[in-house]
Amino acid sequence: MVEWTDFERTTIQNIFSKMNYDLVGQQALARCLIVYPWTQRYFGNFGNLYNAAAIMGNPMVAAHGKVVLHGLDRAVKNMDNIKAEYAELSVLHSEKLHVDPDNFKLLGDCLTVVCAAQLGAAFTPEVQAAFQKFLAVVISSLQRQYH
Amino acid sequence: MSLSANDKAIVKALWAKISPKAGDVGNEALSRMLYVYPQTKTYFSHWSDLTPGSAPVRKHGKKIIAGIGLAVEKIDDLFSGLLTLSELHAFQLRVDPANFRILSHNILVVLAMLFPDDFTPEAHLAMDKFLARVALALSDKYR
Repeated sequence: MVEWTDFERTTIQNIFSKMNYDLVGQQALARCLIVYPWTQRYFGNFGNLYNAAAIMGNPMVAAHGKVVLHGLDRAVKNMDNIKAEYAELSVLHSEKLHVDPDNFKLLGDCLTVVCAAQLGAAFTPEVQAAFQKFLAVVISSLQRQYH
Repeated sequence: MSLSANDKAIVKALWAKISPKAGDVGNEALSRMLYVYPQTKTYFSHWSDLTPGSAPVRKHGKKIIAGIGLAVEKIDDLFSGLLTLSELHAFQLRVDPANFRILSHNILVVLAMLFPDDFTPEAHLAMDKFLARVALALSDKYR
């Protein structure tokens, strides 16, 4: 069982309640595809991913970024049982999507960078620690059903 | 993942932009590393105060960022340019190289925080590659 302090709970709820999911989703996923281009292997049918500008403007990337963020929202709303909440998603990523779990960390890092850019000085070390702990739990839950 | 001419140009341009705030970048990055990854505190047990923004942290943050500035200058030949620093880290400091990745991550987060408009995806890519090369050059003398 993950133990969350009051500060961590409040911080996560605050960050996500103020977040523009469409924008952050698109930015984080696009950044991941640009900074770690090997992640493009999972998006062969997304059309033009040839350069940063194409990726940033790609509507399928934007749409999928939204899907990812709404998936993350489920963890935000169920912080005390992310493991159970994500069991099916984990099976999906392993059995159907065949995503190397190392990629979860890469996307997580891009999400952290995008969040830092959005929050500026409000992204204090304490907030960063809470955010990264949350992502670590999410990532661990997503990896859980891999075999 | 070697640095293209374009990567080098982007890194140099970004560094010129952030140089005036280099001290802040160093302090924020080191503060975050110590706070978010507490295992890194083990290298600084001789300091009086390891809290974010403390005097020893600020002072050392400046030192580290100066080292990165040197790496930017020596970007065309990191391995010989950072030879002395590599020997320092290998034989005296003996920092586990896994920690270079941790510090690099925090530098990127701080750049995004302080320079959101300049830290574009392309700049992020170039800096990530550059810091990875710096880490490689720093660990060159380890074994």
